[in-house]
Amino acid sequence: MLRYILKRLLIMVITLWIIVTLTFILMVSIPGSPFNSERGTNEAVQANLEAHYNLDEPYVIQYFLYLKSIVTFDFGPSIKQPSQTVNDMLGRGFPISFELGIITIIVAVISGVTLGIFAALKHNKVIDYMAMGFAVLGISIPNFVLATLLIQQLAVNYELFPVARWLSPAHMILPVTALATGPMAIIARLTRSTMLEVLTQDYIKMARAKGLSPWKIVIKHALKNALMPVVTIMGTLLAGILTGTFVIEKIFAVPGMGKYFVESINQRDYPVIMGTTVFYSAFLIIMLFLVDLAYGILDPRIKLHKKGGE
Amino acid sequence: MDKILEVKDLHVTFSTYGGTVKAVRGVNFYLNKGETLAIVGESGCGKSVTSNAIMRLIPEPPGKISNGSIIFKNKELTTLSEKEMRSIRGVDISMIFQDPMTALNPTLTIGTQLMEGLQQHQQITGDQAKSKAIEMMNLVGIPNPAERLKQYPHQFSGGMRQRIVIAMALICKPELLIADEPTTALDVTIQAQILELFNEIQEVTGVSIILITHDLGVVAKIADRIAVMYAGKIIEVGTKREIFYQTQHPYTKGLLHSVPRLDLQGEKLTPIDGTPPDLFSPPQGCPFTARCPLAMEVCDKVYPVTTERSDSHKVDCWMQDDRAKQLLATSAEK
Repeated sequence: MLRYILKRLLIMVITLWIIVTLTFILMVSIPGSPFNSERGTNEAVQANLEAHYNLDEPYVIQYFLYLKSIVTFDFGPSIKQPSQTVNDMLGRGFPISFELGIITIIVAVISGVTLGIFAALKHNKVIDYMAMGFAVLGISIPNFVLATLLIQQLAVNYELFPVARWLSPAHMILPVTALATGPMAIIARLTRSTMLEVLTQDYIKMARAKGLSPWKIVIKHALKNALMPVVTIMGTLLAGILTGTFVIEKIFAVPGMGKYFVESINQRDYPVIMGTTVFYSAFLIIMLFLVDLAYGILDPRIKLHKKGGE
Repeated sequence: MDKILEVKDLHVTFSTYGGTVKAVRGVNFYLNKGETLAIVGESGCGKSVTSNAIMRLIPEPPGKISNGSIIFKNKELTTLSEKEMRSIRGVDISMIFQDPMTALNPTLTIGTQLMEGLQQHQQITGDQAKSKAIEMMNLVGIPNPAERLKQYPHQFSGGMRQRIVIAMALICKPELLIADEPTTALDVTIQAQILELFNEIQEVTGVSIILITHDLGVVAKIADRIAVMYAGKIIEVGTKREIFYQTQHPYTKGLLHSVPRLDLQGEKLTPIDGTPPDLFSPPQGCPFTARCPLAMEVCDKVYPVTTERSDSHKVDCWMQDDRAKQLLATSAEK
């Protein structure tokens, strides 16, 4: 197990390095510089600024300077807002984005799995059709469309929820709903189909033959097996939710990391681009790693240490 | 002898898009306390459906017990509610399935799966359940039970898993055990061990067994009485001796002749030609007519009356009719 974890950690570092390198190549190949929009600066000032941020160095030197900033986790101050360091921005934005993301995942998993179970248990009945119709809608409607619709109807017309911002639990309901609906629909469909498959297995029949109650059979025998594919796609869903937060944060004016991420690219704010990318990638990679570990816990047949020992 | 189970005129149907399948069409049999009844027949003849019907484990819909009664210890099972049925399953009647590879939940430990039946039906502490589980594991011959309780199904071999399934079925001390092809998925040496285990368990616990199988070798080893099923009906029933040595029904004869025998060297096996009838629209006469070497005109039109050759031996065949016997005698003279 320890060996497996160490091996995975090494792969994670390599993955991160590839991401960092690609980001750097993309970054320097986009035309423009952070100082393009600064009107009224003469060339001498521009050159001075560039020298200050080491932008006049050859790309190779710049690349290694970036790598150094990543290893020391010190990205320096933002070019656009020199009063703030990148670490400040991450420190302020990340907890909010994290909160939004985590609540979304919890809501999506709980509601998706519940919906999927009910649909499977009431296979080919009204509840099944309703749940699956709802799921198709949830998958088809992009979250930004749903978000604007929710704001327009529930916030503006009926004034049930605040329109935007991130201040109280009431503020969380609309953004979380908009963000969670898609993943929830995917989870619901997946849970339903695997559940239907699991329910025909012999061990379910055996559990019935033991005289267990239907709910005990579902919770104890079926669910754990049915959840395995759900855990498998959790990685992809996590990535989707994380990127989804950029858009949703923008629409609901949530002061998370998405704002910095998008703005920094528009403004060629190199340290911020680098900082947010590395941070997001690292976060996602760690989450995927945790998902893999969870898989081993759910299914005793998967032996992580054996795989790692090969 | 006390009858522990009596099945009368049992009909089971399945509604599908293609029509209604009449899987079991008027089955009658009984089971005495402590005996082993084997239900024999080829695939799709309704033997598993019959056993599932006794457990009321037929998925409804599409399945349905459309007629008949199942009386277990003077209790009519067909009219019980699902909840009442749950208090019988696993406690009074238990079931063993064909494939031990799939009958155990891969994500739960053996101990959990063994003990959950006990904990469902009895007020029992964790420690008591555990010692009971260990006792059962000993009974079915699994070494190191205390440690193996913590293991998962994939850590056991096929034969060991079937032993565990048997232990699971017997842990609440049921009076009736239905074994649905318990040895089919096992290799031959393990089969013999498992059959031996059934005999031992019956001696120790006195449990009555219904054994569903298509393997006449298995039958010969452990059955007291045999019921031969064909196309949803029991066409011949009798003691082991009567079925093997006083075989009456042409289908039963066909079954026996299609099994290789060590004492008949050099003789060819005779298979039964053809396939069983379509149970969407079963024939009104004897379902075996199309494949029967002795078929007469009457066989196709009217289902034969049951002939009781002895208290235990019953046959559904027109050849049992006196007129058919005369006909046979005269044609032999010519």
